[in-house]
Amino acid sequence: MQYLVSVIYDKADLATADEMAAIDVFNEGLQAEGHWVFAGGLAAPSTATVIDNRGGGEAIFTDGPFVESKEYLAGFWIMEAADLDVALKLAAQGSKACSRKVEVRPFL
Amino acid sequence: MQPEGRGAAVSVSQIDVRAAITQAHYEEWARLVATLTRRFGDLDMAEEAAAEAFATAVERWPADGVPPNPGAWLTTTASRKAVDRIRRERKRHGKQREAQLLDDDDPPEPLGAIDDDRLRLIFTCCHPALAMETRVALTLRMVGGLTVAEIARAFLVQEATMGRRITRAKDKIRAARIPYRVPSADDLPARVSGVLAVLFLVFNEGYLATGPDSEPVRHDLTAEAIRLTRLVRALLPEDGEVAGLLAMMLLIEARRTARFSASGELITLDEQDRGAWHTVLIAEGHRLVRERLAAGVAPGRYQILAAINAVHTSARDIRDTDWSQVLALYDQLVRIDPSPIVALNRAIAVAELDGPEVALAAVGSLEDKLAGYHLYHSTRADLLRRLGRSQESRAAYDKAIELAGNTAETAYLTRRRSQLG
Repeated sequence: MQYLVSVIYDKADLATADEMAAIDVFNEGLQAEGHWVFAGGLAAPSTATVIDNRGGGEAIFTDGPFVESKEYLAGFWIMEAADLDVALKLAAQGSKACSRKVEVRPFL
Repeated sequence: MQPEGRGAAVSVSQIDVRAAITQAHYEEWARLVATLTRRFGDLDMAEEAAAEAFATAVERWPADGVPPNPGAWLTTTASRKAVDRIRRERKRHGKQREAQLLDDDDPPEPLGAIDDDRLRLIFTCCHPALAMETRVALTLRMVGGLTVAEIARAFLVQEATMGRRITRAKDKIRAARIPYRVPSADDLPARVSGVLAVLFLVFNEGYLATGPDSEPVRHDLTAEAIRLTRLVRALLPEDGEVAGLLAMMLLIEARRTARFSASGELITLDEQDRGAWHTVLIAEGHRLVRERLAAGVAPGRYQILAAINAVHTSARDIRDTDWSQVLALYDQLVRIDPSPIVALNRAIAVAELDGPEVALAAVGSLEDKLAGYHLYHSTRADLLRRLGRSQESRAAYDKAIELAGNTAETAYLTRRRSQLG
């Protein structure tokens, strides 16, 4: 069972050196315990481009994120976990490591 | 023409069958849903199969008679319904979904394992990833066996809304894979307290029902909360807080009939006819409190609340109340639960020991946090009344009446206000 753990943040600053170090330790733990699938940090929402190619004609590119909001997706983990209890525990550790709120959502 | 006696016998037996079905529902529902959920790994399927089994009982038992072991009959019938449903779905989807489940011909589990299933069910329904109102609804449906309509009525929401809330919860449990498991020893205390919070909320909603058209006490909800707490206690007999919550509920429930006048007005503790209290419930509550005292383990909040209620129910007259004991218990409670509501209740004991003036000063310091709570204003109103400050008392009663949601409380406060000089 895989879960997407989204990092939610509302400021422009990036992770500090301490936070990066804590995230590294956490990630090594995920790998050692077999929970690691993938993870990454994302550049600011202002760097996003929205593409709409549903019309069949030429694809339309729009500058900026698809939804403007105070809180945005700052990064994510994809984790392997037996059930939600395991995922919640890992997510709680992840939130502490990066010192940001996270959201857990199961893959179908 | 049929002899009268025979006709009567037939209808009596129909009443018996109906009573047997009601009793089976009361006793077997949680066990049935719990067993089916473990076997089929799906709460929704378990609930539907259990409901179908009872529908079949309603159809068949009047003609075939009540089976010697209703629980076993229901389990077998519900399992067949679930297997039929899986077969139908497999045929429709043309895939081998959950095929292994069809081959599960394990002999029935020993009783201990079945009890564990009910515990699993309770922990799943009270999972912290679900919203509190959802946990309450799901617990009442899956463990309590109340219908969606009954739960909707109890919480004053539309049946369709409540139905959606329960369906969403089941979907989340399945999709996010909320486990069907008793939590590990590390997590158990926190998870048990989550379960107790759900049961306490059900009890409270029954004890002080809100809403202008609602009965002042919903006995069905207090009784259901006590029944479910008894079940949790049977499953977790070593847990002091479970015993504490049960004792507290029993000692409050024991005073239920004395809490309201014939005209539906609230009667406060000092004016209650203590002869009308339910002695059997009080004895059971006191026994549980003594048991916890004897255990010699530092009590949690429910055990302390139970002990406070035990002091009140030990006094034959309000004047015999051991207020210093009540205050000592509140002091203990404040240390583990420094909430303003606990401080407010503590102030009521202070008023009895040190007088209303001292209590009023303590209550006054809570205004910031409790200005929207009707009992803050009614407590102040009462203290001001006792100090002869009628005008201020009246203003406080006005505020309390404005905020109170319970019809019996409103009636009581209105009468008290009208008695001011």
